[in-house]
Amino acid sequence: MSTAVQSQDPHPAVEPSYLVSKRGLMSWLVTVDHKRLGLMYLASVMFFFLIAGILAIALRTELFTPDQDFMSAQTYNQVFTLHGAIMVFLFIIPSVPAALGNFFLPLMLGAKDVAFPRLNLLSFYVYSVAAVFLIVAILTSGLDTGWTFYTPYSTSTGTAVITATAGVFIAGFSSILTGLNFVVTVHKMRAPGMNWNRMPLFVWAIYSTAVIQVLATPVLAITLLLLIIERSLGIGIFDPAMGGDPVLFQHFFWFYSHPAVYIMILPGFGIISEIITVHSRKHIFGYKAIALSSVAIAVISFVVWGHHLFVSGQSELAGVLFSFLTFAVGVPTAIKVFSWVATLYGGSIQYNTACWYGMAFLWTFTVGGLTGLPLSTLAIDVHLHDTYFVVAHFHYVMVGGTVVAFIGGLHHWWPKMTGRMFNETAGKWGCLLVFIGFNVTFMTQFFLGHQGMPRRYYAYLPEYQVMHQVSTIGSYILAVGLLWTLIYLMHSLWKGEKAPSNPWGAVTLEWQTQSPPIEHNFHETPHIHGSPYDFPEIDKSAGALHH
Amino acid sequence: MSNEHAHAPAHDDDEHNPHLAHHFDTMGQQTASAKLGMWLFLATEILMFSGLFLAYFILRMLYPEMVLEAHEHLSKWAGGINTVVLLTSSYTMALGVRSIQLGDVKKLRLMLVLTILCGCIFMVVKYFEYSAKFEHGMLPGKFYSAHLHGYEIDGLPHIFFGVYFLMTGLHGVHVVIGLAIMLWMFVRAGRGEFGAKNYVAIENTGLYWHLVDLVWIFLFPLLYLVK
Repeated sequence: MSTAVQSQDPHPAVEPSYLVSKRGLMSWLVTVDHKRLGLMYLASVMFFFLIAGILAIALRTELFTPDQDFMSAQTYNQVFTLHGAIMVFLFIIPSVPAALGNFFLPLMLGAKDVAFPRLNLLSFYVYSVAAVFLIVAILTSGLDTGWTFYTPYSTSTGTAVITATAGVFIAGFSSILTGLNFVVTVHKMRAPGMNWNRMPLFVWAIYSTAVIQVLATPVLAITLLLLIIERSLGIGIFDPAMGGDPVLFQHFFWFYSHPAVYIMILPGFGIISEIITVHSRKHIFGYKAIALSSVAIAVISFVVWGHHLFVSGQSELAGVLFSFLTFAVGVPTAIKVFSWVATLYGGSIQYNTACWYGMAFLWTFTVGGLTGLPLSTLAIDVHLHDTYFVVAHFHYVMVGGTVVAFIGGLHHWWPKMTGRMFNETAGKWGCLLVFIGFNVTFMTQFFLGHQGMPRRYYAYLPEYQVMHQVSTIGSYILAVGLLWTLIYLMHSLWKGEKAPSNPWGAVTLEWQTQSPPIEHNFHETPHIHGSPYDFPEIDKSAGALHH
Repeated sequence: MSNEHAHAPAHDDDEHNPHLAHHFDTMGQQTASAKLGMWLFLATEILMFSGLFLAYFILRMLYPEMVLEAHEHLSKWAGGINTVVLLTSSYTMALGVRSIQLGDVKKLRLMLVLTILCGCIFMVVKYFEYSAKFEHGMLPGKFYSAHLHGYEIDGLPHIFFGVYFLMTGLHGVHVVIGLAIMLWMFVRAGRGEFGAKNYVAIENTGLYWHLVDLVWIFLFPLLYLVK
């Protein structure tokens, strides 16, 4: 045992937890406590996950038969646009960083709070305003541009593009403020002894994410501002009818949105690093490699945006360079996957729910990552571009990667956040349903796409029907699994056993304080003397396997 | 990459410092955080403006003759005066930061007044410039109507004026925000909130103002002095 000499034992739960230290609605609405804000974000992102999930189920149901069933083409366009826009901007991007990151970053660093607590509160309200804008857009004339807002369609369609993009523009500021806050927190708020090589890998992942948030999101802001101005004043930057260049919008948009994909997945990597090492009771394999590969992915992510434009008429040389750079992302990503598998090897694996999600991630994310390679191959991409293959790849990374990691992290940290244990058996059933449902839904779509089914169509040729039906049934299983998970987690809040301060025997700092933590996190500032992954009982016996 | 912060907070009087927020251990840590946060914020500002600069360069690449012809209609005098005014204001701002580092609140307030004055002059000049453009119909995009006022510019000048108004407009918004912040700092300084050991808010205001100045330093030649 090398970390956290100061245990809280001399003060056994004399202080109330952050949940009850202050009472009343106002104490939540104006709180600057990162843990409460984390919970508020968690509730918000879960709400939008539910809304966008319902939209997804509606889409899959419409696709059950080849013909139009209950949605017109226009409605279908609106539904898939809102599914994408809400999932990306209101759920996935803030999910791990703003909810779990807010809660655990200061705890894992041994700090009392983030560097700018009031900015953190502001960031939450900025996010809320953004959500209001998007909801207003839905309730007025909707949005049918796809979540990418491509010009010239987005400058000419009659739907509420300005309201919706203004919402995304505002959500971007929330993201920037959170990222800025986290970067400064990691640099300046580490507890004594917590040097960069002793930071938990979740912190490294959140740090890399925060850097991308700070550097990429301003470009999204200006892109959307230009789009709004183009639509309202017709200045002619993007609109070819006014002398503009529509492909320029694609460059602008993907300069942000490709790094944004890594904003979405990097925090997931961080969670998996924690889950795998804690639940296999073994020191993480390749600590530095995993930490630095997060940084490497963050850097490379800025120079691969052109792989979204392979068929937009960009120069051949640019295509080749972007293709090569995209392949380069595979290297740090593979380093992570291999390191996780190597960590499991020889570990004393505890097959609990969090660990199941970790295992599920290894499969689904690896499929998602590997199917990115055919898409980054120039010649093959011409065939697969704008088909269900892309849809399946994206969902394997975003749902199979980020969402699975997010739910895994939620289970891993649930006892710490709520002070309650959930039912493990229920958890494993939920994980199984999610895993099966997810794979049935999206594995099928690889084949659909490969056979030429284009994305974003509300009706299709009859020969695709069987696979579409399999995919739809899979989506129902996935939905049942997620609802089941929601039910037993909520149930645990009332009926769950009281959680001990360290149910998994983890070594990182958040487990060294009580569950749930006190308002200022630690009774005394912790001092750190070693790695966050030195598990005392296993490492000595398994030491031979390390080398 | 060090962890010199957060060590042994108790042996100075930081614990009783009313300016120290609850979650920091020392004033040094708090000040360093505020500065790093400000620099990151400036980085986001630069990236946001860089998107507009990119749009400008693409425009200039696509329609070089039009940009050359259209820019002749911008007033080099007004732009030049504003450049001098803003550079001066950066100087007075820097003097203000120096004054408070030496603990001279009176001089800080004087310098803030001078800086605000320069900012206002800038906005007044901008007002006259914009009014002239409005009168001549040199407006962005579909509102462009200069040809109806007897100004013939070949090509697609509506894009140039769109970009002109967008760039100078966003910059102008930043100037106004800067003026508001300086006014607030002036009030806070009057309340005695700053001193030789507690001036990071003033320093950050200065950094912001220098960035606003710096953006203009690039806007002026790119828009007014194309040739």
